Amino acid sequence: MILLQHVSKRYPTGQEALTDINLHLNAGDMAFLTGHSGAGKSTLLKLIALIERPSRGQIVVAGQNLAALGNRRIPFHRRRLGIIFQDHHLLFDRTVGDNVALPLVIAGTRHTEITRRVRAALDKVGLLHKENAMPITLSTGEQQRVGIARAVVNKPAILLADEPTGNLDPELSVEIMRLFEEFNRVGVTVLIASHDIELIRLMRKPMIPLHEGRIARHSSATPVPA
Amino acid sequence: MFSLGKLWRTPAASSMTIAVIGIALALPTGFYVLLQNMQGLVNGLDRGVQITLYLKKSVNNQQLRALSKTLSQWPGVDKTKAITPAQGLAEFRRYSGFGNTLDALGGNPLPPVIVIYPRWTKQGTDALQALSERLKKLPQVEVIRMDMAWVQRLLAIIDIAQRAAWIVGGMLALAVLLVVGNTIRLDILGRRQEIEVAKLIGATDAFIRRPFLYGGLWLGLLGGMTALILVGIAIFLMGGPVKHLASLYGSPFKLHGLNAVTNIRFLAFSALLGLAGAWLAVGRHLRDIEPG
Repeated sequence: MILLQHVSKRYPTGQEALTDINLHLNAGDMAFLTGHSGAGKSTLLKLIALIERPSRGQIVVAGQNLAALGNRRIPFHRRRLGIIFQDHHLLFDRTVGDNVALPLVIAGTRHTEITRRVRAALDKVGLLHKENAMPITLSTGEQQRVGIARAVVNKPAILLADEPTGNLDPELSVEIMRLFEEFNRVGVTVLIASHDIELIRLMRKPMIPLHEGRIARHSSATPVPA
Repeated sequence: MFSLGKLWRTPAASSMTIAVIGIALALPTGFYVLLQNMQGLVNGLDRGVQITLYLKKSVNNQQLRALSKTLSQWPGVDKTKAITPAQGLAEFRRYSGFGNTLDALGGNPLPPVIVIYPRWTKQGTDALQALSERLKKLPQVEVIRMDMAWVQRLLAIIDIAQRAAWIVGGMLALAVLLVVGNTIRLDILGRRQEIEVAKLIGATDAFIRRPFLYGGLWLGLLGGMTALILVGIAIFLMGGPVKHLASLYGSPFKLHGLNAVTNIRFLAFSALLGLAGAWLAVGRHLRDIEPG
């Protein structure tokens, strides 16, 4: 589902963020990208979401070689992904429901269909009763769950999460991770960047440890014993 | 409609922008209306322009009438009027009050005359000048009189004013373009986060661009409406004094506003101007906002 071959990323500033990364995630896999901040976790996710382009190597996502995708087609690539950020990136001038609806509005989904799917996504993260609330009135954990609802409302085959529990206390963090696990159980490929080793151990999923832009111990996402 | 809602939600900033656009557009429009009115006035006056041909005394009445008829067929001539020396004398006697003096002269000193009423064309005074040149070359003509220097001067002044209106209008249209562009630019910067999020979840550039373009369109349209209202108020305020002045000259002249077709054209133009301003801003600034 996600394949990286000899991928390197050097920023225009000369800083080498990733060096010769080889990685393969099959459809339905769930894995954690770990490492200190600055190890290249975010850069790797950005390459998959085409927020950045690699300097060398090639990336194939869902059978599509990203190098062959022109800039005009980037939006359509991103619609196949669900992306979750550390700061949830919610829009505070509209309701929770409208925030979750945004990907569907962008994709031009019919109105009745939007309402139905927004409710389903909010229900899945346990926030159906907050549909008409403003995001500012929600707790941090709830805001993060709204962000997840927005990422999955499109039913993407791949979920990417960059430090999704970075701002949460341990209890809420586990709750969020369980949510990702649930999506994974129904076949969604999940790749989560996190530095919270304790939490990741708890999840018993493969780890991809990054260190200074290289994969530290494993060259592919083989299961890592916890 | 989403973008109109957005304007509605920020009434102070939006109405200020719309007012600026309105005033900027009202200035050249008001100027244009005044010039239209002046041209209407002058067009009425130059219908009164006549060219008088004093013919040689040797021309008899029959030749006079024949020539008058020929001339009435000329391009640029509306109609002609032949005045025989006898008719001229009778007219003179009637209007001048010098009848007795004429009797003392014995014979009729007046030449045969043809009065030419030129047809008013777009070419204006140039056409009149050309016509008079041709008439002057006729062998039967002794003297030609055309008192129109003041009409020429007035038309020249209007010509200059019209050109000035176009220049001022052009500059103010540019100002409107920049005002709208700047408003949309601020709007884009203010909604930077929203744009980033939208791009991240797969919004195409066209999708992001659309509400800003509509916003510019609305600003232009509402600004145009404001301009028309301002011009309307100005005409209303000036109508009374102008009518009074006209009545002192014994003229039924009064100020006219723009007609419906011009109004609609004007609104379409201002809306397009707004759209163009938004387009400029969106093209420049949307590219700069990329998630990362």
